[in-house]
Amino acid sequence: MSEVVCTLWGRAGLDRAAQGVLGAGRRLADSTGAALRAIIVGTADDALASGAQAVADRVVVATGPGLEDYNPESYLAALSDLCKAASATVVLLGNDTYAQEIAARLAHRLGGSAAGDAVAVHAEGGKVRVTRGVYGGKATAVIELEKSPAVVWVRARAIEPADAAGRGAGEVERVTPELPATGVKVLERQEESKGGARLEDAQVIVSGGRGLGGPEPFTELQKLADVMHAQMAASRAACDAGWVPASWQVGQTGKKVAPQLYLAIAISGASQHIMGIADSKVICAINRDADAPIFKHCTFGLVEDYQKVIGPLTERLRSAK
Amino acid sequence: MKIAVCLKQILDPEVPARDFKVDAAKREAEQGGANLVTNIFCENALETALQIRDAAGSGEIVALSVGPAGAEDVLRKALALRADQAVLVVNDADTNPDPLFVAKTLAAAIKKIGGVDVVMVGREAGDWGAGQTGGLLAEELAIPCISFAEGFEPGATPGTIKVKRQTDAGFEVIEAPTPLVLTITNHDKNVPRIPKTRDVMQSYRKPLEKWTLSDLGVDGSTSHAYSQVAELFIPKKETKCEFIEGDTVEAKIDALAKRIGDILRAM
Repeated sequence: MSEVVCTLWGRAGLDRAAQGVLGAGRRLADSTGAALRAIIVGTADDALASGAQAVADRVVVATGPGLEDYNPESYLAALSDLCKAASATVVLLGNDTYAQEIAARLAHRLGGSAAGDAVAVHAEGGKVRVTRGVYGGKATAVIELEKSPAVVWVRARAIEPADAAGRGAGEVERVTPELPATGVKVLERQEESKGGARLEDAQVIVSGGRGLGGPEPFTELQKLADVMHAQMAASRAACDAGWVPASWQVGQTGKKVAPQLYLAIAISGASQHIMGIADSKVICAINRDADAPIFKHCTFGLVEDYQKVIGPLTERLRSAK
Repeated sequence: MKIAVCLKQILDPEVPARDFKVDAAKREAEQGGANLVTNIFCENALETALQIRDAAGSGEIVALSVGPAGAEDVLRKALALRADQAVLVVNDADTNPDPLFVAKTLAAAIKKIGGVDVVMVGREAGDWGAGQTGGLLAEELAIPCISFAEGFEPGATPGTIKVKRQTDAGFEVIEAPTPLVLTITNHDKNVPRIPKTRDVMQSYRKPLEKWTLSDLGVDGSTSHAYSQVAELFIPKKETKCEFIEGDTVEAKIDALAKRIGDILRAM
C-alpha cells in the first residue's frame, strides 16, 4: 500500500506547523487511499506523540545520538532511510528553515521530485500537483512533480489541522537509525529573544518598514506592540538596513506569518512582503501614501503619517484596556 | 580558495503588480517593457564572495550562469565587480528548465572548472522561487550544503570553514569541510556594491567562456523530467480596504483604536 509521510521535528513539538503538516497529510492520504505515516525526528514529548498518533495510521519516532538537535547531514541521512523504509509516495514537511534546507536533497536521494512553499497539494492522474506563489506572489503556479516520491514542504501554519475525531490511535514504533559520519558540526545555536512566542505562531503582529527611516521609531512601535500583546516584525528593507534583526523579516524570503491581526506601519507592501502576510486574518496598514500597494490587501487602513499616530494610538489602546 | 558563484538572470522582480502579465499558454511571465536583472540573492552571494576574497587578500572567484545567450549581461556585471573568471552555459532551448536540470548543468560546469572549494548560490530566485538549486547541486556533487548562509571564515582545521547562517529563531555557526555548497541569504552586510564605471567598461574586454550543454554532456531533452509548470495565472484577490475617515487626525486615531481594540477583545 502506498504511504503518505509527514515529517515532524521532535524539538518543535505539536505546534501549529506540525498540526498543518498532519492535516495536509491526512487529507492527501484519504483522497488517494494511502496510509499516513508520521516520522518524528528527535525525542517527541507526549503532546506531539499522541497528537501524531491521533491523526496518522503509524508513527515512527527516530532518536539517538545525532538526532536530538538538528544537523543537516544527520537529519537528511536518517530521513532518507526512514522514507525508503516507508515506500513513501508523498513526503510532506513544514516550511521552517530546516525543512527547506533538506527537502530538495531528500527528494534527490529518494529519486523523487520536490516543490516547496505549497498552499495546496493534490494528486491528479497519478502525479502530485503543488500550488504555490511565484514571481514574488504576483502569480500562482501549479507545479506537476514528475518523479515519485513527491517531496513537498507546505505553508504549514496556513493549512487546516486534521479532524482527528473518531480515528483510532496509530501504532508507535521507536527506531535508532545508523548515521554516517559527517564533518558538518553545529558549533553554536543562538535564538534571538523576541520576548515571547515565535513570530510564525503570533496572534497579533506589529510590523515596521522602510518608511520608518531608521531604527529609532521601532522603540515606539515596541511600546504599541506591548500594549497589544503583539510580536514585532519588519519588512525586508528594514532588516537589510540593519535597523532590526534579520529574524524579524516577514515576506517571501522571511517568515510566513498568519496572525489574527497584522498591523503594517510605514510598509509600502511590495509583493514579496505580501507573500509573507497573505495568510493573516486581518491586515491593517498605517501609511501616508493612499496609493501604497499594502492597502489593496487591507481590511481597513489609515492614510496618515505614522509619527502622528503611534503615540496617541498606544495611549488610547492602553486606556481602553 | 576558489569560489564559484552561480548567478541567475530573471525578470525584474520590482515590476509592479499592475504591469505584471502572464502568458497562460506558454506558462511564463510576459517580459513587456521590464528589464532582465541578476537575481538579488545571487548578487548577495557574489558580494559575500568578494568580501571574503578582500578579507583574505587572495582567492579566485568564478561567476557561473546557465541561461540564454542574453544571460551574458549578468556575467559582464560580475566581471565589472571584479570576478576573476566568467562562464556561461548557453541554454537557448528552454527558458524555464526544472531545478534538477539546472543543478545537473551547474554540477557538470563546476566539475569542468575544477578545484572549486565553495559553491555559492542565492537562497532562491525572485521569479520562480523554487529554492532548490543549492540542495540539488550539492547532491549532484555529493558534497554538503548549508542554507541561508550569511558568509563564512576559515575553520579551526585546514580544509574546513565556519559558516554563519540564519534560522527561524536566530542563527547558527556551523563548521563544515570543503568542498561544499552554500545558499546565501540577504543581511545587512552583503548589500551588493555598485561597480565602478571604469570596471564596467573593462568588463567587456575580459574573457567570458561560453559552453554548450553538449560540451558538458548534458541532455537538453531532460529539462522537465523532474517537474513542470502545469498552470500559471494571476490570482484574483479582491480585498476592499475600508479607509478610516475622520475630520481630524485625533478622530481618525479614535476610530482606528476602536477597530483594533474590537479585534483584540474578540480574540
